[in-house]
Amino acid sequence: MTPRHLLSVSDLGLDGIDEVLRLADTFVEVGRRPIPRVPALRGKTVASVFFEDSTRTRLSFETAAKRLSADVMTFTSSSSSLNKGESLRDTVLTLEAMGVDAFVVRHSCAGVPAQVAGWLESAGGPGAGGPGGQAGSAASVLNAGDGAHEHPTQALLDCFTISRERERRFGHSPARPAVLSGLRIAIVGDIRHSRVARSNVIAFSTLGASVTLVAPPTLLPPSLAGWPVEVSHDMDAVVAKSDVVYLLRLQSERMNEQFLPSLREYTATFGLTAERARLLGPSALVMHPGPVRRGVEIAAEVADSPSSVITTQVANGVAVRMAVLYLLLGSGAQVGA
Amino acid sequence: MVDASGSRRADVLVKGEVVAEVEPGLSGGGPGTVVLDAGGCIVAPGLVDLHAHLREPGAEEAETIETGARAAALGGYTAIVAMPNTKPAADSAAVVRHVLDLAKGACCDVRPAGAITVGREGRLLAPMAEMAALGVQIFTDDGNCVQDASVMRRALEYASGLGVVIADHCEEPTLAGAGWMNEGELSSLLGLPGRPAVSEEIMVRRDLALARLTGARLHLLHLSSALALAAVREARAEGIAVTAEVTPHHLVLTEEAVRSYDPLFKVNPPLRTSSDLAALLTGLLDGTIDAIATDHAPHPPEAKQVAFSEAAPGMVGLETALGIALFELGLPAERVLALMSWQPAAIAGLSGSHGGPVAPGAPANLCVIDPSRQWKVVAAALASRSHNTPFAGREITGKVRHTIFAGEPVVIAEEAQR
Repeated sequence: MTPRHLLSVSDLGLDGIDEVLRLADTFVEVGRRPIPRVPALRGKTVASVFFEDSTRTRLSFETAAKRLSADVMTFTSSSSSLNKGESLRDTVLTLEAMGVDAFVVRHSCAGVPAQVAGWLESAGGPGAGGPGGQAGSAASVLNAGDGAHEHPTQALLDCFTISRERERRFGHSPARPAVLSGLRIAIVGDIRHSRVARSNVIAFSTLGASVTLVAPPTLLPPSLAGWPVEVSHDMDAVVAKSDVVYLLRLQSERMNEQFLPSLREYTATFGLTAERARLLGPSALVMHPGPVRRGVEIAAEVADSPSSVITTQVANGVAVRMAVLYLLLGSGAQVGA
Repeated sequence: MVDASGSRRADVLVKGEVVAEVEPGLSGGGPGTVVLDAGGCIVAPGLVDLHAHLREPGAEEAETIETGARAAALGGYTAIVAMPNTKPAADSAAVVRHVLDLAKGACCDVRPAGAITVGREGRLLAPMAEMAALGVQIFTDDGNCVQDASVMRRALEYASGLGVVIADHCEEPTLAGAGWMNEGELSSLLGLPGRPAVSEEIMVRRDLALARLTGARLHLLHLSSALALAAVREARAEGIAVTAEVTPHHLVLTEEAVRSYDPLFKVNPPLRTSSDLAALLTGLLDGTIDAIATDHAPHPPEAKQVAFSEAAPGMVGLETALGIALFELGLPAERVLALMSWQPAAIAGLSGSHGGPVAPGAPANLCVIDPSRQWKVVAAALASRSHNTPFAGREITGKVRHTIFAGEPVVIAEEAQR
């Protein structure tokens, strides 16, 4: 069953993820056409509601929506009324009143997409009193990144990238739906503050990969109980035996918050330096959700090396987001020409 | 009838502001006497809340002394301690006098607590003697912890000379300050920054050490963790003059409530785990905890209909505390009333007027509780100006039927009379 919202990548389950990846194959093909557009979501309105700035993710979603012929509405906090004292709930219900089929929500705090989904579902209920006052909204909510919680579409595009790149490069085409079966994937860096890490741990392990987190203990979550992961602090050993090395962005603030002594020490211990990259196996992939800080988590020459699929991730982002929008909003009919 | 001296069957006759007679089979008090039906009910000394935020002056959109006192009366309280984190803070005789003026005519006795430090900033001692002269018995910077150990030491020393109590909100801010929920497995999963239980334990242990050093009386506000409770138990065994309270929400709700990301469940200290709940309940049973206090913290909807990060912490509790405590803790009514009436009255220095045995000549501050009344918490029906209850929709058995404050029935048949 297709979920109404995509708040966590776990909402999809193994079969749901597989369906997104298969749809994405179709949309990659659409993207290669002279006019890369299909009428699948004609008449639908997708609102990108970004309370935290992220031009890349927003443009990726908006491009995806436009290629599906949806109308796109953009709300960013810089142009918002939040500074004028409007509550988050009022902002959402105001947009809803304009007629929105999907909210793509980004916020610096975990849980906001779930809150938005709750407000939409109860809009017009007793005591709601929001603008419009309609009796519940049927709109979907897509989590485009919430605090340190999740970033489901990033995880989906990462799974897509790993699976399809391995197929394209090395002819590996594993059985569906667990297309990452047997792969050893290392996620390196600031796991604690990373929504990408949380979604990817779920998605990678759901698809059959074994995941190792590599970070200093300060940058791991306070508890990893129940996480399907192993933990290592030895970057060299992990790099040498991983099929995928996934590097996370390191924010400079972390030094001031005493998570790390210095960027230099971080790079020396956990960075994918040119020297360390020589330990990579011949078929290993190097990934990063961007924006990349060259020279910090990854050396410039490694980011530009053949192992790196960083720009492929970005390219696949549009197709995967098309797939997600189509899955949640589409009629279920064949993707048209 | 249940009070500190035990339980018995009797009628109560109130004349003026005092209890006139307590006997079985009393027949009226002559013409004009109001008769309140207490059939099947527990008659008890009025409840005393050590910890209510009434928001006035400064945040009257959330609560006023009038609305907060009305909510309290409906909850069976005849006295509540008003926390000093108002705007301006109750850190001077002038603000305390203002609160006392506003409290005249309220549905219950409103006793302001004073701030320990000027502006609750943790630096300079507030004029405690001036405030104590107005009747202030409890001093706290609640909401803030007194972070500077030297300031806390001096506050305890100074207070001991005045015979007043220093109460602390124990969370080490450098550990807890950046968090919004209990730190642990769930916070790691939800991606919300946590407030570790050790931040409470560390501050409780520091305060206990300072209480040992100074010999001063210390009251610990809203304990939430098994770790803190263990520290208090040790201190009591050692003979340190400490009392402690716990809230209904920390006794019956766990961090699981935060899974919804509903900021209604954001509170400091945060809701913790089921093993903390069990430890707190043990603390109630073995006497480590002296009182159940509400930490009634009203907030308007706009302070809660925002991201978890931006939401104001706290939840209302005056109207639900007794029902929750009676129905959900599995304790005998006598024990619940001790924790909510005479024991907190003693901590707040109110034993002469509240929480005392129901006997001829005693001030008539009483509540009448129907232990078999079934009801459902409806947020919008609360008398508090704010409706941020974590118990909305909860089915509870046990409710206050009447409240008599200074001889006047301020609540009759679950209705506030003014």
